[in-house]
Amino acid sequence: MRRFHARTATVYLILAVAALLVLYPVVYSLFMSVMKPEEASAYPPSIVPHSFNPANFTEVFGIVPIAVFIGNTFLVSGIVMLGQLLTASLAAYAFAILNFKGKSLVFSLFVATMMVPWEATMIPNYLIVRSLNWLDSYQGLIIPFLATAFGTFMLRQFFLQLPKELLEAAKMDGCGHLRYFAGHVLPLARPALGTLAVYSFLNMYNSYLWPLLITNSENMRTVQIGISMLEFQESTSWNLVFAGITLAILPSLFLLAFGLKQLVRGMAAGALKG
Amino acid sequence: MSEFDNHLNLPARTGKSAAESGRRSQTLRGLKIRENLLAYIFLSPSLLLFGVFLFYPLLRSVYLSMHSTDPAGRIHSFIGLDNFRALMSSGDFLSGIRVTALFALYTVPASILLALLLAALAHHLPRGRRLFQFSFSLPMVLSVGSSAVIWKFLFHPTLGMLNYGLELAGLPPISWLTDPGWALLSVSLMTIWMNLGFNFIILSGGLGGIPEEMYESAKIDGAGPISTFGRITVPLLSPTLFFVLIVSVISAFQSFAQIHILTQGGPMNSTDVFVYSIYREAFVNFRFGTGSAQSLLLFAVIMLLTLIQFKWVERKVHYQ
Repeated sequence: MRRFHARTATVYLILAVAALLVLYPVVYSLFMSVMKPEEASAYPPSIVPHSFNPANFTEVFGIVPIAVFIGNTFLVSGIVMLGQLLTASLAAYAFAILNFKGKSLVFSLFVATMMVPWEATMIPNYLIVRSLNWLDSYQGLIIPFLATAFGTFMLRQFFLQLPKELLEAAKMDGCGHLRYFAGHVLPLARPALGTLAVYSFLNMYNSYLWPLLITNSENMRTVQIGISMLEFQESTSWNLVFAGITLAILPSLFLLAFGLKQLVRGMAAGALKG
Repeated sequence: MSEFDNHLNLPARTGKSAAESGRRSQTLRGLKIRENLLAYIFLSPSLLLFGVFLFYPLLRSVYLSMHSTDPAGRIHSFIGLDNFRALMSSGDFLSGIRVTALFALYTVPASILLALLLAALAHHLPRGRRLFQFSFSLPMVLSVGSSAVIWKFLFHPTLGMLNYGLELAGLPPISWLTDPGWALLSVSLMTIWMNLGFNFIILSGGLGGIPEEMYESAKIDGAGPISTFGRITVPLLSPTLFFVLIVSVISAFQSFAQIHILTQGGPMNSTDVFVYSIYREAFVNFRFGTGSAQSLLLFAVIMLLTLIQFKWVERKVHYQ
């Protein structure tokens, strides 16, 4: 019994050390974000802050329009999330419940899209968006990402698990596909929709290369690009950079705290299907 | 799908009089047409978007890769496979492949093994699993953009925490990002940190799928924790491990943001990975033709990896 306890204690110790190492860069940014400028650029660096200067957070708004960046990112991620929920649930319903000619062909078309890395189409997409005059615009950031094959698969899997009797009963009551979809399937699929929502929001919130390519003006930049711009401003002191980083990562931290279970389930679904 | 078909046909087969069954098959046909129509209406948003932003661009990539373009992206002339030939013969491309392969070699095994170890250790804990899950998955939800900026300061040559740590340990400082011998390792270190969470979560899920009785019977047979891990956990987890491996290799081939923020491909091209050189070719040098050729090669690599994965999954399903 004693040996068992010693072993468990060792396991906890190893895991706690690993967790501290993993969390350290994040905690470090939180600490840096409240330091006075002298402390933030002092050597040796402080492991815990000795000064508390919350004014950093208000000051950082003066250097770069970080409120605009965060607003843009939320707007774009929010619309993409809603759009993906809509397009994916419609397509998933067609694949899971409806019968139609060419189903397997269209389905394999969807499978194929998962094999195409986004980077392989990036150059023509940039040229398309440019020729549509969508550079530096919300539609350029949003529209190319409104459909998702991964999300469609995930929801299809979920819709297939709904009991067949449900559809039969609904049909018996004279309920058509549209009403069945909106009134029964979508409400029942709330957990799966939630997973997809968290997943697609985070994906979009964190995307880097596409916003870097197609936005130029300060008022169209997303927060990820904005943060790396902060770092290039030579005159800026580190405490302000980290105040900006903290503002940028807070939404993800909240989303993780509330959506961890959903996120885990979604990724597990991805893993099971391969 | 086929069950549903049977279900649809069932009423028609049980119909009694010829007239009645005729009428029924007519309404059935009407229903079928309506269902077809509805299905395509439901699919049309996705199909339209994939068509415009995925299938057409893919064909356009092939077209661009066989042409030379002017800096505005307009087609200049048809040059066949010259872009590919030029890529193959230029040392830059080969060094890009080498850098990407090295990057995968540094990041993939380390992040999988670490995640496996942590997931296995956390699996049997009586309490606190959620807390560790939260801690380890935290980097995963942070954007690569913000994370890379954080790490840039950790790597700072004189003020950074990492060199301070080395100093405390009595070791000489390292020029993490500016020494060609260290830059790729430094970027890899940050990437391992970033990827650990995803692997941890997937592998924890896989561990949860191994039946508890397996462990119990191993315990009764007197197997220690290490032989249980080697003989039961790892073999039963192999499909999940394989999935994580393929996904990690694919994501290593797609890395961009951390390179762009930390090193810009330098020093001396030591961190010039695949996607970074596509980006440089197309959006810094404005050579859309060679950029497209490169992105098609990336596509080929990733498709190969994905196909291997599908084949594996098929086999796994077959045997179980």
